[in-house]
Amino acid sequence: MNKFYTSVRLDKDACNGCINCIKRCPTQAIRVRKGKAVITSKYCIDCGECIRICPYHAKYSTYNNIEVMDQFEYTVALPEPSLYAQYNNLEDVNILLTALKLMGFDDVYEVSAACEYISQMTKKYVEENQDKWPIISTACPAMVRLVQAKFPNLIDHLLPIKEPAELAAEFARKRAMEKTGLPSEKIGIISISPCPAKVTSIRMPIGINKSNIDAVFAIKDIYGTLLKYMDKAKENVENLSISGKTGIRWANVAGESFYLDTENYLAADGMENVMRILEELEEKRFIELKFIELNACSVGCVGGVLNVENPYIARVKLKKIRNGLPELKTFIDFSDTEKVNSAYWTEKLKYQPVFNLADNMIESMNKMEKAEKILDKFPGLDCGSCGAPTCRALAEDIVRGVANERYCFDVLRKLYKEVTHDDKSVD
Amino acid sequence: MSEGLVLNFKVLPNDFSRAGEASSTVKNKLKKLGVNPYIIRKVAVAMYEGEINMVIHGGGGEIEVTITPKEIKMVLEDAGVGIADVEKAMQKGFSTATDSIRSMGFGAGMGLPNMKSHTDEMNIDTQVGRGTKVTMTVYLDQGENHE
Repeated sequence: MNKFYTSVRLDKDACNGCINCIKRCPTQAIRVRKGKAVITSKYCIDCGECIRICPYHAKYSTYNNIEVMDQFEYTVALPEPSLYAQYNNLEDVNILLTALKLMGFDDVYEVSAACEYISQMTKKYVEENQDKWPIISTACPAMVRLVQAKFPNLIDHLLPIKEPAELAAEFARKRAMEKTGLPSEKIGIISISPCPAKVTSIRMPIGINKSNIDAVFAIKDIYGTLLKYMDKAKENVENLSISGKTGIRWANVAGESFYLDTENYLAADGMENVMRILEELEEKRFIELKFIELNACSVGCVGGVLNVENPYIARVKLKKIRNGLPELKTFIDFSDTEKVNSAYWTEKLKYQPVFNLADNMIESMNKMEKAEKILDKFPGLDCGSCGAPTCRALAEDIVRGVANERYCFDVLRKLYKEVTHDDKSVD
Repeated sequence: MSEGLVLNFKVLPNDFSRAGEASSTVKNKLKKLGVNPYIIRKVAVAMYEGEINMVIHGGGGEIEVTITPKEIKMVLEDAGVGIADVEKAMQKGFSTATDSIRSMGFGAGMGLPNMKSHTDEMNIDTQVGRGTKVTMTVYLDQGENHE
């Protein structure tokens, strides 16, 4: 089996072979070959940028169908707080949670409740680990994978706490087993998510061996179904919500930092911005910061590609939903050390140097020198016509043995001139 | 076998927005070469500090980086004001940066000592009014012990 899994896929028929996705991909994981986009899974961090940019909707994320619920005797929905922002005039989160039950789930467990738990843990962790400042949030799995592949010197700064949905899954499973007496395998924990990177986390969990989440539904996929149950839910609203303002805030950029009660935090969103910050951070340029929150998506999780609502409007809606709620509803009991400790990663995150040119340095150096020489032959337009995002990327593909110089239209043009002695028609 | 990779950079005077470009480029090349992250950090920090010094004091200049399987050598040369008292400049906190530059967060005086602590060898050749040449070397064969 391939060691690297990615949830982002290509609909070949829809792909028209244009350069939008290859130019947009932050890790240069995509090439156009034979007129179709190809993703190299070991470079992909599942950020979803290609899904967002593709004008032909040829990129999509895998996730589960609703039928998966039939495989379990008892199912629990784990709605992410972004879900609350998809509906107009939602005056009470409980209406939505009740609708989830009407839709067929036996119970719901809000991811935002786990967020509140993590918020309280993080506040303590940040104060107790000054030597690791700035601590970098690990709520965005695309960010964590980016750090793992490209920023080895920042791995020690990562907050070693499970992703909110993962922690919610753990709490939800425990509650379901206690409530029903069923064995674990008969209980289906299903997250409702805006994010392809979180889909990947089930197969390739971060900081743990095995995920507690059994399936993922995309918010946009169940949006309509859920809407149908909302009116009925209003007739008999169950009191299911166990999170306050703090947890719901996590759906927006800076929402996680807010609870930490410090001015010395940085919160950034959008791939380009976070990449720049990670670059600078590696040279230790923000030494006075305590906490850094980075969201691959603009505006935070409400900007995730599997949402329905415009992220900026979603942010406004969430603000209204928070009105009247207490700061916290889920409180941590630090004396319950077993529960607190179980929220930490069990596995040490390792650097995955997938971008190395070769297995050893001498060979890599030879390849880099070769690539530099090849690069001199290219026009430096970074036009993408060759299927690689930049001339340098093509040069590196060539030394890696997966492309050749004639992929470049300018090289071809020169060749044409040489062969035909026609100096005019192609200039 | 190759003599190593040689990279050349021009550093522009007082261009703070581009300061750090050279060190970032080197850092990213070292990553692609599979150099130990601990070494990469040393090179990135030392070179960034040196680059900033060239922007603030050196009136810009040139950097040559040579990468071999044994070592990374950085030569930073400027034709700026020079350093009057190298010993003093090597003290933590000493700085001749103007207040306006300090207010931007630069020139806190950590430059030279920080460069020295992040390199295995550092040599400063300077003359007041003529310029400064800083040569820094980081050895590669120490990486395994510093995971």
